[in-house]
Amino acid sequence: MTTTPENSSEVPLRVLDHNDIFRDEVYQKQFEGKREFEDAAPKEEVQRVLDWTRGWEYREKNFAREGLTVNPAKACQPLGAVLAALGFEGTMPLVHGSQGCVAYFRSHFARHFKEPVPAASTSMTEDAAVFGGINNLVEAMENISALYKPKHIAVSTTCMAEVIGEDLFAYIGAAREQGVIAEDFPVSYAHTPSFVGSHITGYDVMLKGILEMLAKSPDADASKVTKSDRPRLNVIPGFDTYVGNHREYRRILELMGVDPLILGDHSSSLDSPAEGEYFLYPGGTPLADGAQAKFSRASLILQQTSLHRTTEYIQKDWKQETVVLETPLGVKGTDAFLTEVARVAEVSVPTELTVERGRLVDAITDSHAYVHGKRVAIAGDPDLVIALTRFVLELGMIPVHIVSTNADSTFKARMEKVLSASKFGSEATVWPEKDLWHLRSLVFTEPVDLLIGSMQLKYISREAKVPLVRVGFPIFDRHHLHRFPIIGYAGGLHLLTQLVNTILDEMDREAPDHSFDAVR
Amino acid sequence: MTTTPAPERAETEAMIAEVLSQYPAKAAKFRAKHIKSNDPEGSKECEVKSNIKSRPGVMTIRGCAYAGSKGVVWGPVKDMVTISHGPVGCGQYSWATRRNYAHGHLGVDNFTAMQITTDFQEKDIVFGGDTKLETVLDEIVGLFPLAKGISIQSECPIGLIGDDIEAVAKKSAKKNDIPIIPVRCEGFRGVSQSLGHHIANDAVRDHVLGTGSGTFEQTDYDVALIGDYNIGGDAWASRRILEEMGLRVIAQWSGDGTINEMKSTHLSKLNLIHCYRSMNYICTTMEERFGTPWTEFNFFGPTKIISSMRKIAEFFDDEIKAKTEAAIARYQVRFDEITKAFRPRLEGKRVMLAVGGLRPRHTIGAYEDLGMEVVGTGYEFAHKDDYTRTYAMLKEGTVLYDDPTAFELEEFAKFLKPDLMGAGVKEKYVFHKMGIPFRQMHSWDYSGPYHGVDGFAVFARDMDIAINSPAWDLLEAPWSKAGEVS
Ligand code: SF4
Ligand code: SF4
Repeated sequence: MTTTPENSSEVPLRVLDHNDIFRDEVYQKQFEGKREFEDAAPKEEVQRVLDWTRGWEYREKNFAREGLTVNPAKACQPLGAVLAALGFEGTMPLVHGSQGCVAYFRSHFARHFKEPVPAASTSMTEDAAVFGGINNLVEAMENISALYKPKHIAVSTTCMAEVIGEDLFAYIGAAREQGVIAEDFPVSYAHTPSFVGSHITGYDVMLKGILEMLAKSPDADASKVTKSDRPRLNVIPGFDTYVGNHREYRRILELMGVDPLILGDHSSSLDSPAEGEYFLYPGGTPLADGAQAKFSRASLILQQTSLHRTTEYIQKDWKQETVVLETPLGVKGTDAFLTEVARVAEVSVPTELTVERGRLVDAITDSHAYVHGKRVAIAGDPDLVIALTRFVLELGMIPVHIVSTNADSTFKARMEKVLSASKFGSEATVWPEKDLWHLRSLVFTEPVDLLIGSMQLKYISREAKVPLVRVGFPIFDRHHLHRFPIIGYAGGLHLLTQLVNTILDEMDREAPDHSFDAVR
Repeated sequence: MTTTPAPERAETEAMIAEVLSQYPAKAAKFRAKHIKSNDPEGSKECEVKSNIKSRPGVMTIRGCAYAGSKGVVWGPVKDMVTISHGPVGCGQYSWATRRNYAHGHLGVDNFTAMQITTDFQEKDIVFGGDTKLETVLDEIVGLFPLAKGISIQSECPIGLIGDDIEAVAKKSAKKNDIPIIPVRCEGFRGVSQSLGHHIANDAVRDHVLGTGSGTFEQTDYDVALIGDYNIGGDAWASRRILEEMGLRVIAQWSGDGTINEMKSTHLSKLNLIHCYRSMNYICTTMEERFGTPWTEFNFFGPTKIISSMRKIAEFFDDEIKAKTEAAIARYQVRFDEITKAFRPRLEGKRVMLAVGGLRPRHTIGAYEDLGMEVVGTGYEFAHKDDYTRTYAMLKEGTVLYDDPTAFELEEFAKFLKPDLMGAGVKEKYVFHKMGIPFRQMHSWDYSGPYHGVDGFAVFARDMDIAINSPAWDLLEAPWSKAGEVS
């Protein structure tokens, strides 16, 4: 054995990359030298401004913003529409408008899921902006059909198409008339203007568009529903990027003797196996099942804000009960979910799930001393933030700053309900429509022990030296978190593990030698 | 080692025909002009058509003009605030994803990895966004006092609702005493990122270039490093070489760059351009306006680095030439060490590429230095002059694809069975499923630098990691081995 690896070793040469190489003196001198040409502010001046941006005066100026948005925790509508489409069998998302947006949606999801993300664009350019994009849409349908052979195309729009007022319904009709798609080929559509709402709005309207279309398709026939002695319930997770959640909903309902129908199930399309062959459409809610969803006994709606319009549609058009719940995170959230499932399906909760509940509670009792009283800031999509807040309250943590850039008018009231239900909720301040630059001010002026939210909070985390527990979307910089559930008792255990171990890691990192304990 | 020989011209043509036969007639006819079997002589019949609209629905890998202007040219300028002007999406998706490294404190004297936007709402579309823009500019000046300038990057709606961002910028610049540059890079303009580069260059020309008088004493060895976006520290690795040659880099465009450098670039004696596609415009402008000569160079891999260093040194005196030769002699030792370590592990491996406007040709030499061969390559948004520079670098019969679609890349990969694919993150996971090693060649797959001597070591290591990972041996389950029906 040699200590310096030779060519025969699997690591033939020690190579320094960007993480290390620029620490070298040559580079440090280079960086110093470059300042001469930068006309950079003196270092003391930078420090002075930096300190100022962390104080109360800056916070007030920052909160007085009327037009400027800095580091928002939200994306635009068609992104959500693409996710909704990917939840259905054989579906190609087609976004009508300029093509750059679609490149962005695909790369954004690819970075999060570490998966291929098919989506096509109608590639409208300047002339189409003037004359309309009907030909673009028709040709897109023709090309998609030939190359990508989908069973269904789900059309949404970029803001370009919305600003010039494109008529999707008419254009899709034209594509049928011109014979590029068959008369009965399933096409759903939704207008998704980016200057209204956010990605969750786009998810909502696209899902509604798909369900509406399917509910009118030939498969939407009660006599075609496979007979089962188990009651069928629709599960609608919403803009939920945890593929593990989709599987967990299914597992829980099956354990309860219910036949689950997940509407918008992207757990295969965005988590497919590597086996040597690429499949464009590896899964999704079967279109026939989607068509027959209206015959299910009830729909469980698990994100209120993100599914607002879909809920309205189901309540109006489907003759079934709708159960609208906060996303089932943690013990009480999952309790409420199981209770409702048991009630509508007329089943009882099996021992297995009661045991799982007990395990989660047991784990919480094991960890409670470390999480108790920890001050947290939470940011993200409104429904997720509400559910997370309820969970951290169960653990005895103290939510301090709660930010949701894309919250709607129901947010504050729903959050108040959650907060007032716990003695640990009294310190929380709730900030709908604020961004992460606001959150930065909050964290510097009123410090917390822990941040919970997407990877976009990592800048605050590093600067304010507050550890971040990554929950939500997007998470580009840590792997596989989305493959595990965060809902249900099993999901609660994953979240708890992340929370407590992040706190323990930090405690170890900061511990004086004597307190660097072997047992925690 | 490898296996399938590079296909001859006829074989390539048959492959292309087979792939095109899957298209509807109209699209097939169009795509046929963009996919060719290479003729190193660059004959007429093998000429690849480029910089033309993508067909709708084909899943192009291209982005838009905004991406070219905000993402490539303006975004990396670290002491300027870049406003994504319009709805929230565009800026959100391009937030910090290109890895243009820069020194400075985010939000204080460095504004690169931030998403600063006017976040248009319906009323801004209906009544126009100029008032909001005006407010936003004032707020930026108030919250970011060390910002040295602001650029307004137009998203699609701006050009459609008739806003006058030029007027707002002018007024606010005067009021706030700071350069404010309006850029008309709406995503629907042009056919790809490319027009965005051009529009961005023109905005620099009209608002920034030549407005500085330099904060330094001039020397005969002053050069500017143009078209290096400092991805994973590329520009720093390149600058190191130039400095070791005895040259003085007075401006970096635009990775880790500042507006002051851009303002004073006309004081440069020679402009060195790496990414020709995205910044040739400004070089031509400086040549016309200030008589500054410019030259292309390539800092990927030993062969190209050495020939580029010599080419650059030719513009200077003997002292520089001597320093250059001395540097080359030192580098050679390191190059030998790197190739000795990695070449045996990569020899004969075959590579397919599909990247932006430069790397499909500029990295060929680096692969060859490692004993690898590029068996298919193409650009996302190149022009004719890029292909002209490419033909001679490739063997006869190598497939060239312009603006390749998702379908084509997958099909060509099935035919060519490359040992490595180099493209973007949208393509990456398709090839992982297929069991084809992959490197993301836009942002260096979160690694880098790849430029320069230090970058070549990282490049070689990364290609080795991709190709020689034991992960690729795990794809097949023992019970589904050969013989079974699929
Ligand atoms: S905000 Fe509009 S232009 Fe930007 S990515 Fe979204 S749809 Fe496209
Ligand atoms: S190297 Fe390629 S991808 Fe990068 S900026 Fe230039 S053209 Fe774009």
